[in-house]
This record gives sequence, C-alpha cells and structure tokens, in this order.
Amino acid sequence: MKEQLKKIEELAKAELAECTEIKALDDLRIKYLGKKGELTAILKQMGKLSAEERPVVGQLANKVRADIEEALSEKLTSLKASEQAARIAAESIDITLPGKAQTIGKLHPLSRVENEIRDIFMGMGFNIADGPEVDDDYHVFEALNLPPDHPARDTQDTFYINDKILLRTQTSSVQVHVMETQKPPIRIISPGRVYRSDAVDATHSPLFHQIEGLVVDKGIKMSDLKGTLEMLMKKLYGNECRLRFRPHHFPFTEPSCEVDIMCFNCGGKGCSMCKDEGFIELLGAGMVHPKVLEGCGIDSSVYSGFAFGLGLERMVMGRYSINDLRLLYENDVRFLEQF
Amino acid sequence: MNLSMKWLADYVKADMPIKEYCSALTMSGSKVEGYETEGKEISNVIVGKILSVVPHENSDHLVVCQVDVGKDAPVQIVTGASNVNAGDIVPVAMDGSALPGGIKIKKGRLRGVESNGMLCSLGELGLNKHDFPYAIEDGIFIIQEDCEIGQDIQSAIGLNDTSVEFEITSNRPDCLSVIGLARETAATFNLPVSVPVPSFKGVDGDISSMLRVDIHNTEKCKRYCAGIVKNVKIEPSPRWMRERLRASGVRPINNFVDITNYVMLEYGQPMHAFDLRYVEGAHINVRNAVNGEKIVTLDGTERTLTDEMLVIADEKKPVAVAGVMGGEYSGIMDDTTTVVFESAYFEPTQVRRTAKKLGMRSDASARYEKGVDPLVSMTCLNRAFQLVEELGAGEVLRSVIDCNHSDYTPSAVEFSPQWINDFLGTDISEELMRDYLTRLDFTFDGGKVIAPSFRIDIECKADIAEEVARIYGYNNIPSTEFRGVAEAELTPEQKFTRSLQSTMAALGGYEIATFSFVSPRYFDKINLPAESALRRTVTITNPLGEDTSVMRTTTIPSMLEVLSFNYNNRNEKACLFEIGKEYIPVEGQELPDEPQRLTLGMYGGGVDFYDLKGIVEAALAEMGINGVEYVRADEGCPFDEKSCMHPGRSAVILKDGAPLGIMGEIHPDVQENYGIGTKVYIAKLNVPEMMSSAETEITYRPLPKFPATTRDLSLICDDSVPVAELEKAIKGSVGKILEKVTLFDVYKGKQIADGKKSVSYSLTMRSHDGTLTDEQTDNAVKKALKALSAIGAELRA
Repeated sequence: MKEQLKKIEELAKAELAECTEIKALDDLRIKYLGKKGELTAILKQMGKLSAEERPVVGQLANKVRADIEEALSEKLTSLKASEQAARIAAESIDITLPGKAQTIGKLHPLSRVENEIRDIFMGMGFNIADGPEVDDDYHVFEALNLPPDHPARDTQDTFYINDKILLRTQTSSVQVHVMETQKPPIRIISPGRVYRSDAVDATHSPLFHQIEGLVVDKGIKMSDLKGTLEMLMKKLYGNECRLRFRPHHFPFTEPSCEVDIMCFNCGGKGCSMCKDEGFIELLGAGMVHPKVLEGCGIDSSVYSGFAFGLGLERMVMGRYSINDLRLLYENDVRFLEQF
Repeated sequence: MNLSMKWLADYVKADMPIKEYCSALTMSGSKVEGYETEGKEISNVIVGKILSVVPHENSDHLVVCQVDVGKDAPVQIVTGASNVNAGDIVPVAMDGSALPGGIKIKKGRLRGVESNGMLCSLGELGLNKHDFPYAIEDGIFIIQEDCEIGQDIQSAIGLNDTSVEFEITSNRPDCLSVIGLARETAATFNLPVSVPVPSFKGVDGDISSMLRVDIHNTEKCKRYCAGIVKNVKIEPSPRWMRERLRASGVRPINNFVDITNYVMLEYGQPMHAFDLRYVEGAHINVRNAVNGEKIVTLDGTERTLTDEMLVIADEKKPVAVAGVMGGEYSGIMDDTTTVVFESAYFEPTQVRRTAKKLGMRSDASARYEKGVDPLVSMTCLNRAFQLVEELGAGEVLRSVIDCNHSDYTPSAVEFSPQWINDFLGTDISEELMRDYLTRLDFTFDGGKVIAPSFRIDIECKADIAEEVARIYGYNNIPSTEFRGVAEAELTPEQKFTRSLQSTMAALGGYEIATFSFVSPRYFDKINLPAESALRRTVTITNPLGEDTSVMRTTTIPSMLEVLSFNYNNRNEKACLFEIGKEYIPVEGQELPDEPQRLTLGMYGGGVDFYDLKGIVEAALAEMGINGVEYVRADEGCPFDEKSCMHPGRSAVILKDGAPLGIMGEIHPDVQENYGIGTKVYIAKLNVPEMMSSAETEITYRPLPKFPATTRDLSLICDDSVPVAELEKAIKGSVGKILEKVTLFDVYKGKQIADGKKSVSYSLTMRSHDGTLTDEQTDNAVKKALKALSAIGAELRA
C-alpha cells in the first residue's frame, strides 16, 4: 500500500505540473482527494491492514493528502497569478486617447472677479448692500452734493426716465440708501450695474459695473482708506503691486483722490498700455463729504468715513488681458469658455 | 486746458525737466493728460537767404537757387515754387532733415540738376496762415521775422513752445487759466510767483457820453465792467500773441478778438468785444430775454431765446447771450472803429442753464458756469486795455463803467491742525500746514483760514484738509488698518443667488452678461401679444438709440440675441445662463420693481426639451425646491412669453400651484425671427419665488436597515395621458412603503395599438420595520394597478 500511496502522490504531482487551468485543478482535486478519489479508495482498504501497519500507513496517507493539498494550493496561487497577469496584459488600453467629455459650466469673467472682490471684502468685515438701478435724482445726485445745475453732472452723461427718475450713473447712490437706513458703524460694498450715455467701443459701454465701498464710523481717517485699498489690491494682484494716490475732485468726497496702479506691463517705466505714464487709473475714492453725511442724518462732527468706487470692467480687462470691452457683453462661447 | 510753457514763464520760473513738471503737477492735483513740444518732428531745418534764382535748364517750371545757409559755401536747391526771389529769407530743409509727418529730405538730382535740400512752405512745417498771416499758403514761406542766417527754424519762428494739456476738474475753474496754473506751479514747487497789476495810460474822454450800461437783473449779473477803445486798427496780432494762443489751442483771428481770448486764457475771466456802431442807442442793457426773442450767434446759428435766459441787449435787440456767446451782427469786423470791451460776472447756474438749453457750449460758458473769480472783472478790463496799447491797436478811453452789485465775502473756515491730522491720519506740523496754505494764497485771521477770491470751492474744514494733503503729497499719508470688529454675512438673497450661480455652472451652463436695456422691437420679435403688460416699460427719454431705449421687462429676448449671435458665429452649440434683473413698472410706485431672473438658453449638440427640463429639475432640486409640477403653458399661463414658445413643447413650472417659471422649445416662427437654424430651448425662472419655496434646512435621514423590493410595471394607456398623471396615481395609492417611482421606458409603435403608448415604471418599496414580504408588495402593486386602471392605464399583456 505504501507503494500505491507513493505512486498516487507522484502521479498527482506529475498531473499537477501539466495542469494550466484553474478549472482542471478542481478535477484533479476530485480525482485524487474526492470522496470517490484515488486516495480515498486506498484508505478504504486500510481495514485490511494489521494493527502495526495501520498507523504507519495512516500517517503516510495523511502526509500524502497534505502534500497533494499543498501542491494543489500552490498551483492554484500560481495559476491565479498568471491568469491575472494575462488578463491585465490583455486589458491594456491607449491611455493617450481623450477622456469622455464632461460638461462643466463657466462663470462670466465679470462674475469671477466680482466674486473674488466680494470675498476679499467679506473677509475684512464688509457686508454687501444692494440698491436700485432705476433710481431718483435725489439719491444719485442731490444727496451726493450734486445739486441741480452742478457742473460735475456733465461728467456723467445720464439716461433719464423722466425729470426725477434716471438710471444711476454710479453705485455711489447706494451710499445714500445705506446711510438712510443704517446707523454707523457702516462697512459695506455694493457691486452693481451703472449707466452712462457713452456709445459702445473698445473701452466704453453705456452699461458697466462698479463696486462701491463705504465705511462710516468714529475716527475714520484718510490713511484708513489708503490701507484698505492697498490691502484689496495686494490680495488681487499680489504683494508687489504698487498704488499711487492722486488728488482729484468728486462732489461727494473731500479730500478726493484717484488711485492708479503701477502698470502691469512695464512696471512703471512707461509703455503704450499705460500711455507712457507708468500707472493705470483704477478707481476714485475719498473721505465722505460732511454735507453727504449730514444729508443722511449722520452727525459729521462725530463720524467720518471713506468711500470708493471701482470699475469692474477695468479690473477684469486688466486681469485677463482683454483688450476690447465689447467681448464682455457679446458672450461668444469661444470667449466664455476661456475662464 | 492747454498751457503754453513760454507763457507760464511770465509768472513763475519752472525750468525743471518737463516730465518732472508734469508729474509733480499731477500729484498736487492738476492732472496732466500729456504734453507736446512744437516743432519736435522738425530737425535740421535752418534759416537761409536766397542769393540767386536761375531757370532750370531742363524744365519750364523749376528754378535753381543758390542759398546762403551760414556755411562756407552756398547750397544749391531746386524748387518748383514761383514766389522766391534773390534776397528772400526762407526755411531750408537740409540734406538729412526731417519734417512733420515723418518726411525725410535727402539730396538728389531733379531733372539732372543737383539739389541739396528743399525750401519749405508753411504747410510743410506744419503751420498755416493763422500762424503767419503775411505768408502765402501755396508757395515757399518767405520769413519776415527777426532771425539769423543758419539759425534753427524752430527758434527763428518761435516754433519751440511746449504745450501741456491739463484735465481740470469742475471745482477748479481758476485753473482754466495761465495765472491759475502758475499759482499751482508755484505752490507745488515752492517757487515765487509774480502777477503784475495791469495798467494802461489811456486818453481823456467821458465814457458816459458814449455808452450807458444798466443791469436789470443784479441777481444773475453781479458786476458789469465796460470800456471803450477808439480809432481802432483791426489787424493780425503780433507773433508772440499768436504763438501763445496757438499753444493754448485757440485760433488767432484779429488783434481785438485775440486780446479777449488772451485775457480769458490768462486770467480765466471771459471777455467780450463788440462794435459800438451796432449797439443801438449806445445803451447796454443786461436783462432777461423776452420769450421768442431771436439772435444769430457768432457761430452763424439763429437761436430762439426764453425769458429765463440773460442777454446783453441794446435798446432794441440782444447783441449777446450773457456769458455764452456774442451775436454775429455786433462782432468785430475789419471796418470796426470803436470797440466796447465787456468784463462781467454772471451767476454760474444762469450761464449753465442757458448754455445747456441752447445746446451751445463755449470757452466762456465753460468758465462762467463753474464760477470765475468774483473780484477780477476790472483787473481783466485793465489787462485788455494794457494789451491794446502794447499792440498799438487803438486809443483807450481812460474812464470806464463799473456796475458793481457784488456781494462777495471771502470764505473763512476754522483752522484746526489737530483736526486735519486726525482726519488725514498724519502728523504734519502746524507750521508746515501754514506754509502750504500760504503758498496757495490762503491767509489767516485768528482761528480762521481765509480762501483767496478765486478759490470758489472752499467751504469747510475738509476742503482745507485736502489743500494740506495735496501739497504734503497723498502718497506721504501713511496706510493704516481701521479699528473695530465687524461681522460680515451674506443676506439670504445674496447666498441664494451665489449658490444658484455655481449650481448653473455645475450643470454645464456658461454664464452670460447682457444689457438691461433693449429695443422695443424685441417684443415683436418674440411674438408678444400687442396687449401684453410686458410692453409697458421703463423708457429712457434720451437713449443712445432705439436698440437700447427701454429697460427690459423680460430677459428672454436678451438670451435669444446672444444665442443668435453665437449661432451666426458658427458656434455649434451653446448652453448659457444669466442671472439678471427685469425692470417692471408698478402702478402707484415711482420706481419700478427690479426682480432677479434666472434665464437658461441652449441649442445644438442634439439637445431637446428633456435636456432643458433635466437641467431645470436638477437646479431646482439642488436649490432645495421639491415637489415641482409642470403644466402646459396654455390659456391661464401667467407668463406672456409663452408666445415665443412651441405650444406643444412648453411648460409652466409650478410649486404648490404658484408659478416659478416657464420653459420650452422656441416657436419655429420666433426661431426664424432670430435667424437660428436649429431648435432653441429657453427657460426663465423667477429667483425670488424660487427662494421663497426653497427648503434650506437639511436634516439627515437614517440609512435604511432593511432591503428594498423592486417591482416593474409595464402599462398601456392612451397616448394623451400625461405620465405625470400615472405617477400621481401610483404615488397616491401605494402608501408610505413606496420609496421611489422611476420611469424607465415610454414606447409607441409595433405591438402597441394606435393612439396608445406603453409606459414602464420601476417601483422601489421599503419598510423601516422589517423586510417586506411578497404579500405586502403584491398588495401594494394591486393597489397601484387599481388606481391606474381608474385613469385608463392597464398592465401590458
């Protein structure tokens, strides 16, 4: 019987060595180790053996079974590995083929920059105020120290609905709405559309966007205005950017200034982009005129404030090197998809 | 305002490099737009003297000149001009010279004869007859100036001034003058400035026997100074005056007109001169016009006047519109013998209103309407007389008329250095502040600072702070962070809009920005009924054009225009959205409502109604708006824009019966109106209504513990039954174990009778109390089938 057992083991191992498929392994397992398998058949004859031989043969039989099982298991592992390797090899694809197209939309460049500026100001504790675009003369002009017949009205060619109602020419009107309804401390920005009677060309549009800012509190100083605007520009354009504050005139601020940024293109040396000035005009600002505060019921001997208004289109065009303002309102998808 | 640097030098010695000058003035508040140096395009053009002129051997119309240019040997030049003679002084463009317009002159041969340069005409030097009235325009410029042979032409004929262009803000009319800018220059560079008091000799004579002046409206005309020049000689003014006018951008005319312009440019005080012959009754009346009264102004236009306008009139007719423009009839002519000069103060608003109403702006009105120096009228009359005498243009009558009703009081403002420093955030010493203000001609009186008369803009402490700040330098003010804690938060509306914006982009939309004003014709383009309320618009009375004349009451045409633009630009597909306002007039309300709308538009790439609906559904779900219904846009549709949609392929979006929006395929007629050759889909949703029906609170629901059971139902029903009805029947009958109903197939055609359709649903059912038994699910399905049967839907055999 010992020889039989040994032979079974040899035969099994030989067949295993030939085996190349996982399915064939199962057949082998049944053939040798199954209930009707060859090993079982031999073990069934164990009863015929003497008491001395039985444990020896038994032991041997168990060893043969264990060996075959181990061989089967090893073979299974190796077959699985090579099958997996073959499958992986067969599954190789051209990873340079393009991905399946997904549609992701885009925000308009005006929105992108506006959202960025909103976030910067929110971070500085500014709330966002909204105001009407169709407004009355009082809020757009008179309350801003621009009485009827004020010559500065000429600089803002106005679209009128009737004698009293007009399209706001500046978001500064929101200053008045806010100061009429809120008490200091006030800290707001107000982005929105404004309208001026300018024909459309590469740098003009009868409709454009401004972002107004207003801070009113006790002890607000002109240096605070400078600090705030410098912080905004550093966040938008990086720490290297340099601002220049230049005296100007707005009826609703005193002192008033215009703020220029050092030309991105030439770094202040002067080039065609900055008309040889080294700086590009960015926005208007100033300390809120005491008449404006008083007109809104705020005591100018107790409170002071600053205000600024920046042109969004100019910032967007500078940001993305857009050279024609009309592109922003034509909405060609080949333009929009670039942002 | 264009400033001649030569003229400026009369008052202040500003000899720093021009770039430095411009930059410093800009930084102290007089913004320089640019500067231009005359004759800078000209090089190597010098003064020459013609020695001889001989005919050209090969040409009838050319001559050969020998020209002395101050060198060892004369230069030979061939010219086609016929006005040159030996002895003439001429501009000579030498070999290798440059002329305006980038023209280069090189030596060469003309019909075989050597020519070593060119003799120049006025035009070739960039000049015209106004600059040198004695010269002819179609020939060589024969120079009659005091100059030397070989001298550079620029210095020889005074073509070397630099003109600086300033942008003067409306609060500083004093800077619309050479003297005003001289004062700013002096203050900026801390230089002395000297403005001499003008004086003249004059001749005896009593003006009252020649002229009478009456002001009938002393509110609007506070001062009127007049004087007379007799025996005038009308001729061109001298070169220095013409040069300065030219550098200031004013065309020289004749000595008297030039003097009025010169004084205006110098002092900022408009002057007027008229011919005494045409002042009927030798009586000047400053009065309101009579309604309908007419005058032909200097520009040759007849103007009809109204009674709120002020005129300068004689006894019968107006001779000038006060402060705006003179009359053509009474202007200075070549045969004028006696001139009346006017130097007056007119009230700014008066001049502004008149000029605006007549649509006639002049250099004079531009100054008057902003406010001229109230004390300078007589000074300027004297200056004009001084110039008349200097030019030898006539005899000035020593006695003058001065009707003075001025109530001018200097502006005095509290001077508080501490307050100024607190306000600016600076630490400037009082001494320095006093120095700055003194430089700007302010004076001090006790605790007050007094503004000079020409500074009509100074009213309050903040104005003084600005004066200090601009001389100190805005850029020297420190940058600080202001104190105080503030909480910033978006309002619910702002949060909702921002979230909607990113949702739409996430769903594949490209955001667009369109104009708020549209053409009224757009309403016809979307087939809007004539009686639609949307045609009642906020209308601009002075639009740029019809295309931008009304504020939109619907955003849909704006979207269609953009889709059409893209289609015409051969963009194959577009999926666009805009969050923007409509402007809806409201009865009894002065201002319109400005509600936000979400507009969605798409075409191309095989999109159909259900792509649009898919985006709308996803957007609504993402914004927390659930349980939305879609009904056909028929009779009761609250959106008049349904007129632009396909009646069988459009829907109103309802939430709890209230309309949220409208969507659908664009009607083929409208599609054609916009010239789009493919199907277009549009949705418009009302943002405020969306927001009020949105559930913003999110509560976690526990994950299910027991498995779900799914049953598929294939139903047959009439084609006309909307699937929404079937779904409603299922939802209404199954009970709370129904978790989800999913439509997975709609089929018409083979094996299905005509007029019928097959609709397949998958029902997902689940209980939170245990695994559902077959019996439970069978019962649920039975209930569903019963309810479906009641609306004519049966299980497909």
